[in-house]
Amino acid sequence: MTLRAWSLLPARLVSTFLLVVPLGIVLVYCFLTRGDYGGVEQPWTLENVERLADPLYLAILWRSLWLAGAATGLAALAGYPLALFIARSGRWRNLWLQLVLLPFWTSFLVRTYAWIFILRDTGLINTTLIRLGLIHSPLPLLYNDGAVLAGLVYNYLPFFVLPLYATLERLDNALPEAAADLGASPWRTFWRITLPLSRPGLVAGSVLVFVPCLGAYLTPDLLGGGKTVMLGNLVQNQFTSSRDWPFGAAVSMVVLLASALLLAGLLRHKTARELL
Amino acid sequence: MPVYAERLMGHVLELRNIVKDYPGHRAVDGVSLRLESGKFYSLVGPSGCGKTTTLRMVGGFERPTSGEVWLNGTMVNSLPPHQRDVSTVFQSYALFPHLTVLENVAFGLRERRVPDAVGLADAALARVHLSSKAGNKPGQLSGGERQRVALARSLVLEPQILLLDEPLAALDPNLRRQMRAELKALQRSSGITFLFITHDREEALSLSDHVAIMNAGRIEQLDTPESAYHRPATRFVAGFLGAMNWFGDVGVRPERTRMSLARRDDASLPATLESVLFLGNSLHLHARLPNGSTVVAEIPSGGVVLREGTSVWIEWDPADEMRW
Repeated sequence: MTLRAWSLLPARLVSTFLLVVPLGIVLVYCFLTRGDYGGVEQPWTLENVERLADPLYLAILWRSLWLAGAATGLAALAGYPLALFIARSGRWRNLWLQLVLLPFWTSFLVRTYAWIFILRDTGLINTTLIRLGLIHSPLPLLYNDGAVLAGLVYNYLPFFVLPLYATLERLDNALPEAAADLGASPWRTFWRITLPLSRPGLVAGSVLVFVPCLGAYLTPDLLGGGKTVMLGNLVQNQFTSSRDWPFGAAVSMVVLLASALLLAGLLRHKTARELL
Repeated sequence: MPVYAERLMGHVLELRNIVKDYPGHRAVDGVSLRLESGKFYSLVGPSGCGKTTTLRMVGGFERPTSGEVWLNGTMVNSLPPHQRDVSTVFQSYALFPHLTVLENVAFGLRERRVPDAVGLADAALARVHLSSKAGNKPGQLSGGERQRVALARSLVLEPQILLLDEPLAALDPNLRRQMRAELKALQRSSGITFLFITHDREEALSLSDHVAIMNAGRIEQLDTPESAYHRPATRFVAGFLGAMNWFGDVGVRPERTRMSLARRDDASLPATLESVLFLGNSLHLHARLPNGSTVVAEIPSGGVVLREGTSVWIEWDPADEMRW
């Protein structure tokens, strides 16, 4: 073997045993029969794949796509001004970036629990509103789609801000100046120059938020109170309480396929390729 | 035009005692300037002299710490760039990479809701000989072509003043000389007042009707290129606009300095010729005075060539002396 082949060997081993083999196992499981106490058995079957077309599961797929899409949209609405602000804050930008990343120093679980303390009936928002006399009984903030959405946006916002910041930061400052010079108001300058030129960052940020949101299970589990079932929860259920591994594998494949199709579509854009 | 009419029209741009402070240093230190309509002005000086900051205050990108900017009889200190009737050609050209050449040129017209923006942009592109590139993106153009697009994009708006921030600096020397002639022709045909920023004295002298020489945040002289070159107001201007031989407090340009084998009068200075440099159309004779300083004489090439090491006499016409 050449030196080049040797030096690539660790990477090849890692990608083979941590990526190709596990995915292969999941793919094979899709076409097997469930064992009585978990696991899989012969014979081969297409039943698991056919069950995916059940309206119950299609509704979960639709709900997952909808929640992941809404979370991405909200992350864009919240993340764009933040990224723009950081990119233009001169020598303070590193401080702001550190603050954006600060939540990552704590556990995902702890951060999600924190939202329960904020949203529950005796939580921060409801007690504050009641003390102010604005409401008399607590608002139902927790254990619904809204709570799940808040958790998703909060947890994945940095994934939107960072690539967008990278794009905005590289933008030549003379371009918005030239637009203003040619008579464009600040709003028109943003609309015609800054926004179109930040598209690579928008695309990268959207993918980085949408894909993990599509497969999220911890956030809907904790903040949705078991009512808001997403694909991730369905998979978890099949592998644990339902003990139906083949169907869990089939649902996993749906998540994988949806993400792969999205990426393939986006990667046809040259601009997104540059960033991803 | 009668004098009163000129007065009534006033100046297209007037800077009144402009000061710009940044934390820790003063970039512009009391600049006053009046530009007449339709002329080519240069603001020339070494880097860091405050010329770009001055230009950015005219464009509206910086606010003066004190002093006033007047455009066509209106004080515009607090007017944002998009409301000022001036346009800037940026050093980096700042063409919009996601728009075609034509869309770039039409950008300002569309923002100002000028009817037939595309038609006017087309005509402007034709004027800079770039009609064939209308559909291209800026990334597909050469440096010289980008420069011309930037010019067309600003000129098509027919601004009161066109501000040019070292627009030739990024071009290679041959192209730069060619663009210089094009730039002057464009100024003449458009009749728009140009305010051109450069650190290149040759550009400033060759292009301008009036040149303002800046140093350390101040304008040292505003004059025609001929006057500034031959009658510099300060030692700095003299040295910045051209090479100088210094004899104590007296300065003489190399092309007005003579070297001869025979002593002509008492004012002649003895020197030793050290090197002869051939520059094509001229020769540079470098001689050393007994006190150690060097003197350069520039003479047309093709004359009698003196040998290096020869003793020579340095002379000049008293009329060519400059002293401060």
